[in-house]
Order: sequence, then C-alpha cells, then structure tokens
Amino acid sequence: MSERTLRGKVAIAGIGETTYYKHGQSPDAEFKLALQAILAACDDAGIDPKEVDGFASYGDDRSDAPRLAAALGIKELRFSNMHWGGGGGGVAASVANAAAAVHSGMANCVIAFRSLAQGQFARYGRSRLGAAAMGDDAFLAPYGLISPAQRFAMKITRFMSDHGIRHEALRAIAMASYHHAQSNPRAVMYGRPLTEEKYDASRWIIEPFHRLFDCCQENDGAGAVLVVPADRAKDLPHKPTYLLGTAQGGHHRSAAPVHNAPDYASAHFPTVAKNMWAMAKLGPQDVDVVQAYENFTGGVLLSLVEHGFVDPKKANEFLVLENLLAPSGKMPMNTSGGNLAECYMHGLEMVNEAVRQLRGTANNQVAGAEVVAVLGGPMVTPVSSLVLGTEATL
Amino acid sequence: MSTTTKRALPDGLPAPDQPPLTKPYWDGTRAGKLVIQRCKGCGAHQWGPEWVCHRCHSFDLGWEEVAPTGRIWSWQRPHHPVHQALTGFGPYTIVLVELPHAGNVRMVGNLICEPTAPVEIGAEVEAVFEPHDEADPPYTLVQWRLKD
Ligand SMILES: [Zn+2]
Repeated sequence: MSERTLRGKVAIAGIGETTYYKHGQSPDAEFKLALQAILAACDDAGIDPKEVDGFASYGDDRSDAPRLAAALGIKELRFSNMHWGGGGGGVAASVANAAAAVHSGMANCVIAFRSLAQGQFARYGRSRLGAAAMGDDAFLAPYGLISPAQRFAMKITRFMSDHGIRHEALRAIAMASYHHAQSNPRAVMYGRPLTEEKYDASRWIIEPFHRLFDCCQENDGAGAVLVVPADRAKDLPHKPTYLLGTAQGGHHRSAAPVHNAPDYASAHFPTVAKNMWAMAKLGPQDVDVVQAYENFTGGVLLSLVEHGFVDPKKANEFLVLENLLAPSGKMPMNTSGGNLAECYMHGLEMVNEAVRQLRGTANNQVAGAEVVAVLGGPMVTPVSSLVLGTEATL
Repeated sequence: MSTTTKRALPDGLPAPDQPPLTKPYWDGTRAGKLVIQRCKGCGAHQWGPEWVCHRCHSFDLGWEEVAPTGRIWSWQRPHHPVHQALTGFGPYTIVLVELPHAGNVRMVGNLICEPTAPVEIGAEVEAVFEPHDEADPPYTLVQWRLKD
C-alpha cells in the first residue's frame, strides 16, 4: 500500500487578493470581493476561471460555493467544502481540504478562499447576543464574557503566569507585524508604524496581557489560492509551491464546554503540529519563514510554542523584535504584516505571503526561502497548520 | 449559603437560557446550591452539561451537589465594553474557578473585588449566589469571592 500523504502531491499555482480595506470601507459587496480574489488567483496561475471545479472555505464564509460556481459560469462543480469552526482556525484546513480533493481525484482545480466585509454585517468585538444567552454562552455572557478576546484571555493569563513570560514578548510579536507592513503597500497599516512607546501607552482591552495592539483589527477584503495537482503546476507560469505537510483538529477535548478543556492553557495545536511535521518529514528547525495567525499576540506565543519554534523557558530572550524580522532575523515572522498590520483576512493573506516567499517575490523577502510554515488561527477548535516548500524540498 | 443583592455587573446583560439539559443546574442555584453533572455509570464529574458522559458514554447522568468552594485557575479583567450594558462600566474581573473536590471541573464567574485588586492564581474562593428575581424566568448567578 502506498504511503497516505499529501506531501508533494499538490501545489498552489495561483494567489489572489483584493485591495485590503479598513473595517467597513470596502466600496464593494462581500461577494464581489470573493469573485475578485478568485479571478485574481486564476489569472496569477494562468488558468481559465471556468476550469475551476471546486471551492473550499472556512469560518462560515457567506460567499457560498454554489453561488460562486453559478456566478463564474463554472462548467462543472465537483467539490464544495465548508470547514467547521469560527474565525481563522480553518485557514490551513481550507487549503488542505482543497488539496485532498485534488489528490484524491474528486476535483482538479480547487479554490481555497476567504471573503470578509464584516462592516456590512456585525462586529466581532461587540455582542451579537439577544436577551437570552444559549448553549455555552448561558454560562459565560451573564458574567460579561462575550468577545473573542475574552474567550481566550484566561488561557494567556495562565500560560504567561506559569512560565514567567513578560508582556514585552507579546509586544515584539505585534511590532514585527507592523514593521513588515511598512514596506508592504498592500498593508492596511502601511505608513502607520508602531513604536514601543505607542504600544506601551495603548489602552487596555483586557488586563493583564491584552493591550489594544495585542488584538487584531477587523478588515474588509478577500483572498484566494488555486490548488492543482503537482504535475500540472510544473507547466504554469510561476515557480511551483508544494504542500509538504498539513493537519487540522484539536487535542483531547480541546472544545470541552465552559472552558473545561483538560489542557486549557493551549492554542490546541499539540497533536495538530505533530501530525503536520510528520507528514512534512520536517521540523521547526527546517523552516525559513513563519506565518503565525494573530487573533491576539498571546495566541501567537502559544502557537509558536506548540509547533516547537519557541521554548517557553526562553521566550523572554527569544521573542525580541530583531529575531522576528526579515531578511536576517533568526525566525522571520509575519513578513507581510500578518493579520495585525497587512489585513485581517482570517489568515488567507498569510498563505499568499508564504507563496510569495517561496517564489522570491515578497516585499520583505527572506533570501533563498525554501520552507514556509503557516500556523492557522489559534485557541479555537478545530485549528489547522500547513508547511509549503519549493521543488528543492521534495 | 451566601447571597448578595449587590450585583457584580450592571443589569441588561443576556440572561441564561435554561433548556432541559441545563435546567437542574439553574434550579440548584435558585435554591442556593451548586449542582453539577455526575455520571451514574462511572462517577465522573462533568461540566458544562452534556447529554453523554465523556468518559464511559453513559447517558445516565445525574446531578450532585458539590461544596461551593474552589480556587482560581485563571483570570482576566476586561476594560473594553463588549455589550451596551457595560458601556461606561468597568473594568471588572472574570475568574475561572477550579473545583478540586469535584473532579477539577472549572466554572466561570465574576470575582467580587475592587477593579484594581490583585488577583492570584491558586487563591481559595467561595461561591456567592446572586439572584435575579425580577427576570422572566428568574435565575441566580454564581459569583465568587476570596475566602477569609
Ligand atoms: Zn461515565
């Protein structure tokens, strides 16, 4: 029996995104943004959009596959997939699901995408609850625990306290994203640098570890990648970027109700990271560039620890700005500005950036990057991650 | 049993839905008791409520009164108002309380304290029942304060 793996079996042939807007400022409807990003990814890949035969997304994306297929005049829809879970937990999983469809022969040419014009709907940071709180919320909302930041904050408090990690480590994570955004004209925070002083003076969202700049913004836009069989990618315009490893899910009862996960102070990657590295036949020491989804900087810390990039005992020394910067830091991270400063496109912008780094076309290029890891949205369940590489890594 | 008429948070936050799965808990708090799920098959404590025991898959889940005491496992102090009822209020303190005598299940509530009071992981706390008699249906929240 042949080895069951996606390693080297599929490639990302095209990437696309819309203009990224501040929250509520997109002149275009959310569905139109999705169409723009998808067409851009096809154009980048040199593939006729009518050849697309599948769509994969996550986070309850409102731009549904049947409508996309009809709007784009797709000849034949062969794969449509929505990954369970909110936010960006499914960003890598959407690419993985597209990859599984392509590798299994269910489809040939699948778009993984995210479209988001939250301003046309409701804000994440404000309650959408009615007069009665249902399900888990019944045990949370009456105590003023409502927003995403509040859902995760007690994980961060406990982990930072247990390991004696200082808030300055989180500041370095935020500053790396803002630093890279200053040389990325696509970035929403282009021209708006962040200093230590500005970070330290920013208001508390939640004590003890969430200042304003530890929290993601909301944005409008869309991003998409086109996944094809590895063989096909060789004949397309760009240098192929191969999927080396990917995994999704969560460890034992990570979604247990009312904050009862046995391993609570976690981003929920322990098993996912292990499975991803096993498929990739690589480890964190092999990675040239890291894209780590920031919903909150504390979540990035947990992701980095659980993927083996950071030893919590050394987090205070290692998580300093110079180590996180392209081109020559020890661990260049969020090189396009990430969710915090390029665009909160629920991490899809990080997949695009990973591809750019491997093609050698990034705004903050790490010379000779061969392997890039994308760590998806942390602290939800399911979470997901992936590793991409150049042909040399196969 | 300790109750309070001074509420931890302003009125107007969502009230808890009380469907059949969780009704015994809310009935308990109305009577000033902390009751949680305990499997009649294997004895595992379980929180929050679910239809099946996560350990032995028995559907025969009972409810057991447990001592209303615990220790702070983690905490947070929100400043940013996330609900209109909280505008102009705060900061306030949310704690995750572990019940070591009930299988280490954890509960979320407010810590009754000054908004600048230091909070210590591991500190011993006791439940304070906060009735909302005027609500329809009425309900009682479980808040926490440091043990003397
Ligand atoms: Zn049982």
